[in-house]
Formats: sequence, C-alpha cells, structure tokens
Amino acid sequence: MLNLGAALPEMFMAVSALALLMLGVFAGKDKAFRTVSWLAVAAQIVAIALVVMGDGGSAFYGQFSADPFAKFCKVLILIGSATGIIMSMNFAERENMARFEFPILITLATLGMMAMVSATDMLSLYLGLELQSLALYVVAAIRRDTVRSTESGLKYFILGSIASGILLYGMSMVYGFTGTTNFTVLGDTLVGGDLPLGALVGLAFIFAGLCFKVSAVPFHMWTPDVYEGAPTPVTSFFAVAPKIAGLALFIRVAVGPFGGAVEDWQQIIVLISILSMAVGSFAALRQENIKRLMAYSSIGHVGFALVGLAAGTQEGVTGVLVYLGIYLVMNLGTFAVILCMRRNDRMNEEITDLAGLAKTKPLMAAITAIFMFSMAGIPPLAGFFGKFYVFKAAVDSGLVTLAVIGLVTSVVSAYYYLRIIKVMYFDEPVEGFDRNGTEMNVIMAVATIIILAFVFFPNPLMDSAAVAAASLFGM
Amino acid sequence: MSDWPILSIVTFLPLVGAALLLLINGEEATVARNSRWVALWTSGFTFLVSLMLWVNFDATTADFQFVEQADWMPGLNISYHMGVDGISVLFVLLATFLTPICILSAWEAIQKRVKEYMIAFLVLETMMVGMFSALDGLLFYLFFEGVLIPMFIIIGVWGGQRRVYAAFKLFLYTLLGSVLMLVALLAMYFEAGTTDIPTLMEYGFAYNMQLWLWLAFFASFAVKVPMWPVHTWLPDAHVEAPTAGSVILAGVLLKMGGYGFLRFSLPMMPLASETFAPLVFTLSIVAIIYTSLVALAQQDMKKLIAYSSVAHMGIVTVGAFTFNQHGIEGSIFQMLSHGVVSGALFLCVGVVYDRIHTREIDAYGGLVHRMPSYALIFMFFTMASVGLPGTGGFVGEILALLGAFEANTWVAFFAATGLILGAAYALYLYRRIIFGALTKENLKTILDLSPREWIIFAPLVIIVLWMGVYPVSFLDIMHVSVENLVNQVETAQAAAAQAAQLAAN
Repeated sequence: MLNLGAALPEMFMAVSALALLMLGVFAGKDKAFRTVSWLAVAAQIVAIALVVMGDGGSAFYGQFSADPFAKFCKVLILIGSATGIIMSMNFAERENMARFEFPILITLATLGMMAMVSATDMLSLYLGLELQSLALYVVAAIRRDTVRSTESGLKYFILGSIASGILLYGMSMVYGFTGTTNFTVLGDTLVGGDLPLGALVGLAFIFAGLCFKVSAVPFHMWTPDVYEGAPTPVTSFFAVAPKIAGLALFIRVAVGPFGGAVEDWQQIIVLISILSMAVGSFAALRQENIKRLMAYSSIGHVGFALVGLAAGTQEGVTGVLVYLGIYLVMNLGTFAVILCMRRNDRMNEEITDLAGLAKTKPLMAAITAIFMFSMAGIPPLAGFFGKFYVFKAAVDSGLVTLAVIGLVTSVVSAYYYLRIIKVMYFDEPVEGFDRNGTEMNVIMAVATIIILAFVFFPNPLMDSAAVAAASLFGM
Repeated sequence: MSDWPILSIVTFLPLVGAALLLLINGEEATVARNSRWVALWTSGFTFLVSLMLWVNFDATTADFQFVEQADWMPGLNISYHMGVDGISVLFVLLATFLTPICILSAWEAIQKRVKEYMIAFLVLETMMVGMFSALDGLLFYLFFEGVLIPMFIIIGVWGGQRRVYAAFKLFLYTLLGSVLMLVALLAMYFEAGTTDIPTLMEYGFAYNMQLWLWLAFFASFAVKVPMWPVHTWLPDAHVEAPTAGSVILAGVLLKMGGYGFLRFSLPMMPLASETFAPLVFTLSIVAIIYTSLVALAQQDMKKLIAYSSVAHMGIVTVGAFTFNQHGIEGSIFQMLSHGVVSGALFLCVGVVYDRIHTREIDAYGGLVHRMPSYALIFMFFTMASVGLPGTGGFVGEILALLGAFEANTWVAFFAATGLILGAAYALYLYRRIIFGALTKENLKTILDLSPREWIIFAPLVIIVLWMGVYPVSFLDIMHVSVENLVNQVETAQAAAAQAAQLAAN
C-alpha cells in the first residue's frame, strides 16, 4: 500500500522547500531573496505539472488520496501561491521585508494545503492543516518590525490555535464514538439520520474549526484585522490559497465521512452560509480600507461558495469548485491592483486613493472595474457564472429560500463593489500612482482575459470541476 | 445569404467596433474625432446589416427565424440559441436604429473621454440586440443584466449633478429585480431541465409554480418597464443621464421589460398571467393617471418626459395583459412608437440643453421666434407623444385601448382618461418652452437647428409618420406571431378552465 507515486508532488515540494532553505542559508543574509523566490515559483510550477500528470491513487494506508478532486484543488492552490510569490517580490524589496524565508514559508504552507486537500483521514487532515497554519502565522507576522504586522500575526496565531483545538476535539469525539479516523470507513458507518449523539457533537466541532479556517461567520472575526495588518502580498495570498484549501477540506469532510448524514449538517451549512453572505455584504458597506473591504468581500464569497455545499449534491460540489476557480482569478487580479496603489513610493490602502484612476490610468481603471463587476456577479463576466452554478445547485436541492437570500445579499454587496468603480470613474483625480511593475501588469492582463473570456469558453473549467466532484461522490 | 449568422453578426459587430476603439491612441483631439467616426460607422453598418432581418423576414409564420444554435455549456444542456420572431425582430431594429442616432447626438455634446463613451454605447448595443434575440434563458439573462454595466458608466461619468445617486439607484433597483428572475429561471431549469425559451414556452408549468415564477419575473420586468410604484429610479436616471443615454434608456431599455412580459410571462405562465392581470391593470392605471398628474407639476423638462414615459408604458402593460390580438399588437406598437418618439423628445431637450445648459422649463419661453424649425420638430414629436392621428403614437394607443375595451371596459375608460392628461402636460410643456414672449437675454442669440441636428431628426420624423400613416408594414410582421401567442395563452387558459369545471362536477 505504500504507493509513493500518488504523493510525488508533495514530496517534491517538501524537498524543494528544504533545498531552498539550504540555498538561502548558505547564500547569506537575504541576498538570495530573488533567486529563492523565483526557484520557489519554479517549484510550484513543476508541482503543478506533477499533479496534472500524476495517475492518482491513494497512499499511506488510505490516509492520502490523489483523486481528481484533490488534483483540481491542488492546481488552484499552486497557481494561487505561485502568483502570490511573484506578486510579493517587488513589494518585499521596497518595504524591507525581503527575507528569503518568505517564499520558503509560502512553499511549506502550500505543501500543507496540498496535504489537506488530499487527506482521507482525520490525522493526515490535521497534519496538513497544522503545517499550513503554522507557516501562515509566521508569514502574517513577517514584518516583525511593524506593530500592525506582528499584531496581525499574533491574533491569527491565538485564534487559529483555538480553532485547531476545537477541530481536534471534534475529531476525538468522532473517533471516540466510531472507533475510526478513516473517511471511507466513517462514511460507511455514519449513514442516515441516526448519527450517534457524540459523533454529531464531534461533527459540529469539526465544522466550527473548519469555519474558522475559511473565515465563515460566526468564526470570521479575525479576518478583517489579519487582512488589514498583514503585508499586502501576504493578504493576497491569504485571500486565495488557504481559502481554497479550507473550502476543499470542508467539502471533503462534509461529503466524505459525513456524506451519509447530509440532513444532519445541511441546516448548519445553510445557516453559516446565510450569515456569511449577510455579514460579508453589510459589514463591507462602510469600510474605507480596501484590504478590510476585501476581507469582508472574502467572507461573503465563502458564504456564496457554501451555498453550493449546502446543496449536498455532486452538482453543488461542482458549483463550489467552479466558484473557487473563478474566485481565485478575480482575487489575484484585484490584489494585483491593490499592490499597484503606490504613490511616491508609498503604499496606499484607502479606497479614496483610487479617486479618478480612470483619468490617470484608464486601462488599470477599466481592468479594476471589470474585476469589481465580476465580483458583484454581473453577467457576462466570470463572477456571474460562479454564482450561477452554486445557486443552481441550491435551487435543485429545494433550497430556494437560501438562493433568494443569497442573491439579495449579492445585490447589497454590489453596492460596495460599485462604490470602488464610482470612486475611480466619477470622482476627480488625485495624484497618479507610480508605474506598475511588469509582473503586476501581466497578472492583471491574464486575469482580465480569463474573466472576459469565460463566457465564451466555460467548458474547460466546468468539465474538470465536474470530474473532480464526481470522484468525490464515486468514493 | 440565409446561411449567414445574421443575428450574431448584428449582435457582436458593435463589440468589434468597441475593440477597434480600444486600439485608437494618440492626441486627445484626434482620438476623439476618430472614435466618433468609428462608432458611427460601426453602428451605421450594424443597422444596415440588421435591415437584412427586415428584408428576409417571413411574416407568414410564427416560428423563430434566423435561428442559430451552438454548443455553449453542453454539460448543463444550455446552448447558444439565437433567433427572432415577429415580436422581437422589430425591437432588434429599434435598437440598431436608435444607436447611430445616439452616437450622432453626442457628437458635440460629449467632449471628455469620447473614446470611452463610444465604447460604452457600442457595448450597450451588443447587449440590447443580444437580449432581444436570445432564445435561451441564461443567454437572455446575461444580456439583460449586462446592459447595466455600460448604463451605469454612461450615467455616472457623463451625467449631471446628481449622477452618482442616479447611477447607483438604477443599478441596484434593476439588479434586485433581476436576481429574483434568476431564481425563477433556475427553478424553471430545474423543473423542465432546460433553459431553452421555445421549449419552456411549450412546457406548461403547474399552476402553483406559475404563480411564484410569475411574481419573480414580474419583479424584474416591472422595475424595468417601469411600473408604478417601482418607477422612481427612472426620473432620476433620465434627468442625470446625458442626452443619448436618456434616448437609449427611454427608447430601448424600458422596452426590455415589456418584451419580457411577452416573451416569458404570457407564454410560459399563462394561468398566472390571467390571475395577476387585475394587478397589472390596476398598477398600470395608477401609473397612467398618477404619473401624468406628476408630470404636469414638473419644472424640469427631462423629468416631465420621464414621467410621461412611465404613463406611456402603462398603456403598454395594459395592452399586453388583455390577452387579445388588438391589445398585444397595440402594446408592441406602442413600445416601438414610444421608443422613437420619447427618444426624439429627449433629443429635443438635448438641443436646447446643449445651447443654454439648463433643463428648467422656466428658463425658456418664446423659442419659436429664434428657432422656428426647432419649434416645428418639437411640435411634431409632442403631437406624436399625445397620440395625434397620423403619427405612430396614435396607432399604438388606439389598438391597446381597443384591446383593453374588449377585455374590460373600466380599464379602457381609465386608461383613456390618462391620454387626456397626457395631452395636457405635453401641450403645457410645449407652450411654456416655445410660445410666449422672448424675454430672456440668453435666449435672444440662440441658434436654430444645425445641419447635424437635422440629420438626426429627419429619420425619426420619417419613421413616426410612416408608423402613423401606414402602420400595416409593421403590424404585418408581428401579426402571425401575436396570433400564435394569443392562441397559446387562450388554449392554456381554456384547458385550465375546463379542468376546473370537471373537478367541480
């Protein structure tokens, strides 16, 4: 059963992280930042190739599975973290945080996420989750000389540890009442509406822990502070890769071990989803800091993604995966814009700093407007299709009320996305921003093209998401 | 020629023009000049191509024509399906006809960010044409909502003082209505397994479901039409929008709601439509009378015409829910003529606004002394708006009222009362602006219509006269399709009545 081939990408990532660490240490203090960063990006790209070409299967005595679902999520995660490293390089050098550990920590966090989405056992799940979390705590506080960054790291660490504790407690409950930690066995055991009470309590705890990791309401409190306090490239990474990994894990746990007990957890997810959408929409209305705004926006997006999970069907999972793919692109693009908000060599984070961007940088303004319309879910942009799939799944499962509430909150959220467009287009310009880095322009351009072209070519993403979801339900 | 995908060409040609505009770079004046010409040529050419639809249209069948179908999302059984019938083809032509006029009207009025303005209008044209020719629910929704993006930008960037408020109001109001329609579409999709419009028309939903679906669609279309009491976004949007934006808003966008009723509500939910017809009649009559009275009290020219639009669209909704040939034909005809006439009225306002830069009615008076041609044109369109026989406005109103009379005498009575009020505010407006003594200093040097403005108004005058004098050339096109729609609705309603009777026995 020791099928190491299935875990080849993870092993590759682990080895490259260690090799890069060596390189960084021996090359001397932070001089190797750029080299290490680019090599880390290269490692992620190789890992993507390994993931795509890998022939699947499970390993480590059923604790680890490289099924199409895991593959799909890993590709998204790796794209997110590779782009995150690229986006951070210039920023890090300018803002005096060019430590070579940064790309390595990102690589390690990514490794943790990959392990998470492949986990088919509570223990491997926890291992992956903790590897990810520990790396992320450090990354959040990477600018240890600024108060905001350290504060953000500390908050994240304390609250994250509590969440991990809750998760672990839930797992122990489930184990205590079923005698196993293996997803497949659990899935066979926990069928029907008569879940043992202990397992039900365990389920609730596990979900609470996972909600924290994906920043779903009511476990979202850390998100705005951490997003605002962490250095912007870190925020952009936080908003993408861990979210995707967390949601993927959520899906795997919900439909894997607890797949037979959909009616037991459906109402929890429905409630969390409604709360997340509502808080994400209403709380963002009055934010002035764009990173805080993106934090609430991401809470809202998690809510929308959970709508698909609430359906509890294969179609719903497909919807969530499509949503995540589109979310990845929109968010990377938007954060590329935020990272370009530099004036006289200083970062700006207020929404009003974007005033009149349509005059000073018309193309960037147009691109940002496209991202915002897409985030608001206005067709024919890609963001609409993400919403379309999850709400379609919800309606198909009879959750019409949830769909109506979700869509109404999406109208509320449209307001704050429109506000950004309003500031850019309708307000009088302030001083222009500095020149964008080439890498930012490339990222923005690629994201724009994907968002605009999705309406014409929806099938590649949709089909692979459908295959991924099918693998989860065929289990 | 018939194997050409004419509809797709008409739909996406403006988008090609917009892409070309993106490539224009250089000095500001040059960019502005080139953008105007590129946009004019693109929209003009699009109009010419769309005439192919008119020429090749077969008015003897109610089937969809110029049909194109291609795989889009095969996994979900959703396809790219385009086609027009007698109901939609004229709206496509309306959209392609008004767009070049809008672009021409903005020739001098828009001086800042000309390139972006033209791009927005071309994108808007694509959305409008696509919406009228979409035969798939999702595709329809895509275009229906997509319209909001360019419209938001047009009002927000080139609008008046309170443009931000107006743009947000337009966007959020319409979006809120539309998302409910999306839920209804998803529910229909779940029930019928497809979003294909022709299939859904045949499907026959259960009565209880129809009620909910109808309400959800109504939420969206009623906002778009707009019907009282959800019309309040319209005066704001009209007042703040630039002239061309108002023209397209009144001319085409409002028709999307009326078209939606005819395309979705009536054929797919005939029973619910019957149930809710009294509601529609009531709201429409309130709209006709109430907004006419409100219009009488307006100080702002654009606001007055905006309220008159609400009243006119009330006639449209009355006609649509009579479920008879006259009423529905009148409804469609009224939409077409209102599209041209109210567009022209906004252009008339634009003419003096460009010169004096105010829309206050009190700021004008006695224009006939300086601007005789303008007075003539304005009078013509005022009369058309009032519904003078010989103009397009008359035919639509009389048909719709005839239909209403067949359906319910009281509805016809109240709706006809609205027409009298309509004459009152329109003539009152005309008197205050055109007649009287020319006392205001800044009006004493005002110039009459320029050749460009003549070019803009000439085709509008011709069309309005054509519609008034020889309406058959338009009615013939829609006749068979409307007949088919009426039959469809009647059959469904009769079947339901029969079933009810059987159950009662």
